[in-house]
Amino acid sequence: MLDRDEDILKAAEDWQKAGHGVALATVVETWGSAPRPAGSSLVINDDGTFLGSVSGGCVEGAVVTEAMDVIQSGKPKMLEFGVADETAWNVGLSCGGTIRVFVEKVG
Amino acid sequence: MKLAILHELNAERAARRPAILVTDTESGEQRLVKAQDFAKDPLRAELEKQLRMGKSANVEVGGKKLFLNVYAPTAKLVIIGAVHISQALAPLARSLGYDVTVVDPRTAFASPERFPDIPLVADWPDVALPPLNVDAYTAFVAVTHDPKIDDPALLHAFERNCFYIGALGSRKTHAKRGDRLRAQGAKDSDIARIHAPIGLSIGAVSPSEIAVAIMAEITAVLRLPPKEKEEAA
Repeated sequence: MLDRDEDILKAAEDWQKAGHGVALATVVETWGSAPRPAGSSLVINDDGTFLGSVSGGCVEGAVVTEAMDVIQSGKPKMLEFGVADETAWNVGLSCGGTIRVFVEKVG
Repeated sequence: MKLAILHELNAERAARRPAILVTDTESGEQRLVKAQDFAKDPLRAELEKQLRMGKSANVEVGGKKLFLNVYAPTAKLVIIGAVHISQALAPLARSLGYDVTVVDPRTAFASPERFPDIPLVADWPDVALPPLNVDAYTAFVAVTHDPKIDDPALLHAFERNCFYIGALGSRKTHAKRGDRLRAQGAKDSDIARIHAPIGLSIGAVSPSEIAVAIMAEITAVLRLPPKEKEEAA
């Protein structure tokens, strides 16, 4: 239903065990009318396959790109998207909210 | 996230036990706190509050910025009785995020035509309930008005420690129900857990309005801290 992320963490574990590089992106803070609440997550593997969401689909592309770096480096990153930030506006959180997304490598 | 933590988290989720992942968002350090360990945790108050709200949040403790990610099991609603109220209650509960199952041995009631897309079990409670894994994250509602069906179902709900138990019927009906359940071994403290008459008192008349009253009451029990809960009831 509306608030279920159950398969995402399972996929993270399965992909990691299958030998993929995997990153997990989690919404940790929201201001204004952010589409997904804190705790929402997105899992990405090194093929670029992803499951889940951190917004209404607006910033997922950018998150996936950053996640690829995190898989490479192993270092967690904090991303911020919102109307106050020109580049973030370009990736389009057009709903007027601001979100912070924590991206970390799994494993 | 370390694979060991992810594995442990997935195990807790599969077992429908709540847990909170605490992440230091600057260092990336993480630890998983299972609900059973909340009481001895330094963040006890914060952990308990966020779990009750079912909400992930940031806290600042000792100069550290911590993100508390709450993993609470999806709440379930088991409805005993495929009656008119249930036809309104099941879709309403679903829209609130509950996993809903309707149980009624009477096949004329428990028909897919009456409950499109809702899991239905057309069997007696003693057969239907054990596979549903009724637990502390389950709200349990008995609305058949038939003691043969409602009573054994309520006994099961007591045993499984459902966070909410409600039963349809006036105060008089409920008093008789209490006598019957006691005769079958229920304790007074069990009977006291039943919300009856069911639902918040909002003057509900139609089945849909009664469904709203029931879901409002379940929400209050789920979300309010214990003291305010008493005041709302």
